Amino acid sequence: MAILQVQNIEKHFGPTRVLDDISFTLEQGQALAIIGSSGSGKTTLLRCLNFLETPDRGSIAVSGETLFDAQDPATQRESEVRKKRLHFGLVFQSFNLFPQYTALENVTLAVGLLSQERPDFKQNRRAIQEKIRADGMALLEQMGLSDRANHYPHQLSGGQQQRVAIARALALRPDILCFDEPTSALDPELTGEVLRVIRSLAQQKTTMIIVTHEMAFARDVADQVMFMDGGIVVEQGPARQVIEHPAQERTRRFLARYEGK
Amino acid sequence: MLRAAVEFFASEQFLAVASALNSGFLVTLRLFFVTLLGALPLGLLISFGSMSRWAPLARPVGWALRRAGRAPGRVARALIRFCPVSLVCRLLVWIVRGTPLVLQIITLFYVPGMLGLFTWGGGSGARFTAVAAAFVINYAFYFSEIYRGGIQGVPVGQKEAGQVLGMTRRQIFFKITLLQMVKRIVPPMSNEIITLVKDTSLARVIALQEVIWMGESFMKGNKGISGLVWPLFFTAVYYLVFSGVVTILLGRLEKKLEFFR
Repeated sequence: MAILQVQNIEKHFGPTRVLDDISFTLEQGQALAIIGSSGSGKTTLLRCLNFLETPDRGSIAVSGETLFDAQDPATQRESEVRKKRLHFGLVFQSFNLFPQYTALENVTLAVGLLSQERPDFKQNRRAIQEKIRADGMALLEQMGLSDRANHYPHQLSGGQQQRVAIARALALRPDILCFDEPTSALDPELTGEVLRVIRSLAQQKTTMIIVTHEMAFARDVADQVMFMDGGIVVEQGPARQVIEHPAQERTRRFLARYEGK
Repeated sequence: MLRAAVEFFASEQFLAVASALNSGFLVTLRLFFVTLLGALPLGLLISFGSMSRWAPLARPVGWALRRAGRAPGRVARALIRFCPVSLVCRLLVWIVRGTPLVLQIITLFYVPGMLGLFTWGGGSGARFTAVAAAFVINYAFYFSEIYRGGIQGVPVGQKEAGQVLGMTRRQIFFKITLLQMVKRIVPPMSNEIITLVKDTSLARVIALQEVIWMGESFMKGNKGISGLVWPLFFTAVYYLVFSGVVTILLGRLEKKLEFFR
C-alpha cells in the first residue's frame, strides 16, 4: 500500500483556485519531485500536506490512516492536527531556523518538548535528554556539521543553515520529508552541499517530496516527477521519462525554458 | 569657593531640604516600580486582546450563507470579520493613548466618588493607590502596542517552523516568539520607560507628595522654610541620576540579547 494517498485536493485563496483536484500516491522509500513555474501551486500543495493550509476539498491519508478529510470536521480539530503533523517534516525555502538557539538546540528543541509528554519522562529525565542530545549530534554529523553544533544560525552560511534545518526536520523521524525549494534562497556555490545531503537521504530510501527548480537534480535523484501548472497536475511519471521525454506539450515548453541551465 | 560649597552642603537648611526631597523621591520610585510591575504583564494581555482573531459570527454566517446557497455580500463579509475582543481592545488603546495622562489621573481619582461608586478614601496611601492604578492602565495600553509590534515583527516562518515540528501554541510563544519579541521591543520600551521616570511627576495633580511636589513646597513654605527656589530645580538631579541608571541597565539588556540576530 502507498504510504501517502492524496485525493482530490482543492484549495482556493478567495476567488482564486490555487489547487484543482490534485490526486497522487507515493510509495514508501520513494522520492517525488514536484516541478513547475512559480504560482503553479507546488508550495501550496506542500503546505496543505503539512497542515499549514486547510484544503477546501479532498483527503490526505498516510499508511491508510485518513489524516485529513475536508468533509469530516473531526479530522480538523487543532489538538489532533498537531500530532498528525508529525507524519510530515518540512524544510522551508528560507530555512526558518530559530535564531536564539544553537544548531544543536534547533535540532533537539521539538524532540525535547515532545519527550516531556512521555509518561516516563519524570523518572528517566536525565537518560531521555542525554539520548536526545546524542541523536541530535549524530544528525548534525550526518549533515557534516558536527563542528558547528554550538554555533548560532547567524554564524552559519546559508548552506549550513539549510543543513541544520534538514537535521531539525529529521529529528522527529517523519514518515515523509518535504522540501520547499530547499536551494532557492542559496547562492549557487552553496546549493551543491545541500543537494548532496538530499541525494544521500534518497540513497538511504527516505520517503521525500521535493519541490525544486533544479531539473537535473530532480531527474537524477527523484523516482517520480510531477509537473504542475495552474493548480493542476499536468504530467506525472518516472523522473527520467518526464524530464527527458515529456508527453505533454505544456511540460515540454516549461522544460525548454530550463535548457542550457 | 570650595569652602562655600562645603558650608552649603553641610548647612541645616540643605539637610532639611535633602531629606524632604529624598522622601519625595521614594514615592516617585515606588510609583515607577509599581507601574512597571503592573503594566508590563497587563500590556502583554492587552496586546493578545488586540491581536485576537476570535470571530464568533464567522461560523453561523457562513453556515447560513451555505444553506441559502448565496455568495457573501458586503454585510455578510463584515459580520464574518467582526472580532469583538480585538475591536474593544483597539478602542481602549485609542482612548487611553488619545487623552492626557493628567486627565486620566484626575478622572480615576474623583469620578468614582462623584458617581457614588466608591471612594479611594483619604490619606496619602489612597492617593497613591489611585495614581498607581491610573499609571498602570495608561502604561499597559502603551506597552500593549509595543508588544504587538514586537510580536508581529517576528517572521511568520518562525511560527510555521514551530507548528510543523508539532509544537503547541503555548510552546511556540514561550520557546520561540517571546525572546525574539523581547529583543525587538527593548529600544522602544527603553524610550517608554525613560518617559515613565519623568511622567511620575504628574502624580502631584492630586497632591501625591512626590519629589517635584516636595521641591516646590519650599517655595510655599515647608518645615519653616519658604521662598526657596533652588530645591525645585535640584529635583532634576534625582531624575537625571535615575534615568541614567535605567539607561545603563536597559543598554546592558540590549547587549545581552546580541548573541542572536
